[in-house]
Amino acid sequence: MKWLHKDLLDVSQLSRAEVMAIFETAGRFQELQQRPVKKVPTLKGRSVILFFAEPSTRTKTSFDVAGKRLSADTFSLAKSSSSLTKGETLKDTALTLQAMAPDAIVLRHWCSGAARFLARRVECSVINAGDGRHAHPTQALLDSFTLHQEWGEVAGKTILILGDIAHSRVARSNVILLNKLGATVRLCAPRTLLPPQVRSWPATVYSDLCEAVRGVDAVMCLRLQLERQQDGLLPDLREYARTYGLGPRHVELAKSEVKILHPGPMNRGVEINSELADCADSLILDQVASGVVVRMALLFLYMTRKGE
Amino acid sequence: MARIDLIVRRAKLDGRDVDVFVSRGKIVEVAPSAKTLEPRDAVAEATVEEAFGLTLMPSMTDAHVHLREPGFEYKEDIESGLRAAAWGGFSNIMCMANTRPVNDDGSVTELMLDKARRAWPKGPRLFPIGALTKGLKGEELAPMAELARAGCVAFSNDGVPVRSTELFRRAMEYAANWDRVVIDHCEDPYLGVGAGVNEGAVSSRLGLPAQPDVAEALQVGRDILLAEYLDLPIHLAHISCRKSVDLIRFAKGRGVRVTAETAPHYLILTEEYLEAEATEYDTNAKVNPPLRTPDDQQALFDGLADGTIDILATDHAPHAAHEKETEFDVAPCGITGLDTALSVTWALVADGRLSRETFLRAWTTGPCAIFGLPVNTFTPGDPADFFLFDPDEAWTVGPDTLRSKGKNTPLTGSVLRGRVKTHFIQGKKIV
Repeated sequence: MKWLHKDLLDVSQLSRAEVMAIFETAGRFQELQQRPVKKVPTLKGRSVILFFAEPSTRTKTSFDVAGKRLSADTFSLAKSSSSLTKGETLKDTALTLQAMAPDAIVLRHWCSGAARFLARRVECSVINAGDGRHAHPTQALLDSFTLHQEWGEVAGKTILILGDIAHSRVARSNVILLNKLGATVRLCAPRTLLPPQVRSWPATVYSDLCEAVRGVDAVMCLRLQLERQQDGLLPDLREYARTYGLGPRHVELAKSEVKILHPGPMNRGVEINSELADCADSLILDQVASGVVVRMALLFLYMTRKGE
Repeated sequence: MARIDLIVRRAKLDGRDVDVFVSRGKIVEVAPSAKTLEPRDAVAEATVEEAFGLTLMPSMTDAHVHLREPGFEYKEDIESGLRAAAWGGFSNIMCMANTRPVNDDGSVTELMLDKARRAWPKGPRLFPIGALTKGLKGEELAPMAELARAGCVAFSNDGVPVRSTELFRRAMEYAANWDRVVIDHCEDPYLGVGAGVNEGAVSSRLGLPAQPDVAEALQVGRDILLAEYLDLPIHLAHISCRKSVDLIRFAKGRGVRVTAETAPHYLILTEEYLEAEATEYDTNAKVNPPLRTPDDQQALFDGLADGTIDILATDHAPHAAHEKETEFDVAPCGITGLDTALSVTWALVADGRLSRETFLRAWTTGPCAIFGLPVNTFTPGDPADFFLFDPDEAWTVGPDTLRSKGKNTPLTGSVLRGRVKTHFIQGKKIV
């Protein structure tokens, strides 16, 4: 498939066929991961800047591993070591990075729309690794890829996204992508953690977890940021864990072999029961493995696109 | 007949060809265009301005601008703000108190007026709005007697609404002592986590902390109840949503002394602008109150038409380019407006969305009646404040065509119609 996009800002940009092409490419890289030597020279001589203006360990490491397995040179720019703390504007950082002529920039930023802002100002590809509450397309792609690998087909399945939807870029991107792939999406959270006008989203909204989980094929738990209590959105973690934490009694109401996902890092015992996280139907570590190959696929497709 | 010192020949006033006769800064007569001027004594020494069929309009009043001086001259100063006003068709502008230092002291008011007189001695006229509370902090009343003496025509806490209803009530009462109207920026300070974008479907998809319309309407409700209880006037700034329009209409029906304004940008843009591919997260459309929904926009048009919304005001809020060229969350709120207001709203008249009468009320007689400012209705004795305007001249909005230092407008790149060709204030040509 001829790759036409310069940037990956959100999954809404992608057609279903393009998502399938990403999955197919990721599938090929997955075979590579079984070999003793996992590195291929595909992107030799190309450079990727990992620009993380917000703390992140797993996503950054995942991109770093993905880039290195393709033999690209990866350079990290974390917030603490970047000029953002010295008050440099994102515009100036963008122009500075542009001047170093990378082939791609992977951006994580705490402001919604930051990836779009950067993409408008640099010639290289921008891969959004999470912007504010807006989008996290690579996470959504790896989540769907994991389910796709597990089931062979995501279409026709029902997936529950559980937790702090309001502040979650993971939820936003997943709702869009799962719908695109033909799945049915349910959302469950207390009203205080649902975005305004959530009923305009292509998803069914539940306030009761037992009802929400009934008959679903997979549950995606979201990380609860502990500061939501101070924000006045929750009384305390105990009450949250007892009402919205996924436990064995909920799993019994779902389809047998219901798959459990979590983008990490987990608060064990808060949004997810600890044993469930480690159970046979948990795909949480598969998600991490998928993350590497999906990001390899994305770096490959975006950095070798036509018209470069 | 008084000695005529200015004659504007062959101008178009509401479809008629007229000649305007001015003496000592006042309108003497507006008469059907004569083929030749009578060689009478009274006109012998008059300056003759040939209008060549340009449209004649009374100068407009903008009751809500931010001129940034003193303190933020890199965004705008009084000279550049008045220049934008002169070319924008405004003879009167009222500037908000959120300068540095805040206009909560007579010396600041005097400095503003002094700068205005030096920069534009013949006008546009500047009418400062004094702070309602010291430092706009909402803790203690500002010295309104001193401010009024220095030249403040109204009082407002501007973008930082007074949190204490008790203090706000006392401020309304104290301002009334000096015959000044209080202008309130209606926004519940405790409701809504963000600013600059409407809370709703669009903010949800964009993942932006947002402000709901009820944050505005709650404060509108509070102000209306206070105004009725105290039997005092209140003017509500930049109304943006249907809920507020409904409340104001209800209040006016009860005889409450409430007046209200909206701004041109709410009439031409909605929240959807922020989601369109080309303009997604455009910080030039980050404004407080935020752009709302098409339904809210319709309510504003209806409110203007039936007089629920008395006036238009630009809420001219210039910012430096680098301040807006940043992440959405980081950018300051505000749209520059003095340069574009006339073209934007005259286009609404041309499209039939706004009547000419409403346009004139909203920009001339309305604000002047609320705040007691000079106004021209082309009646003999009125100040000779008017401009000649080519309604068809197209111009592209951009840094080079905007006279304000603030280039921050979502209209950047748009082609507007209508340009002021010359502007007279009290019979003196200012541009």
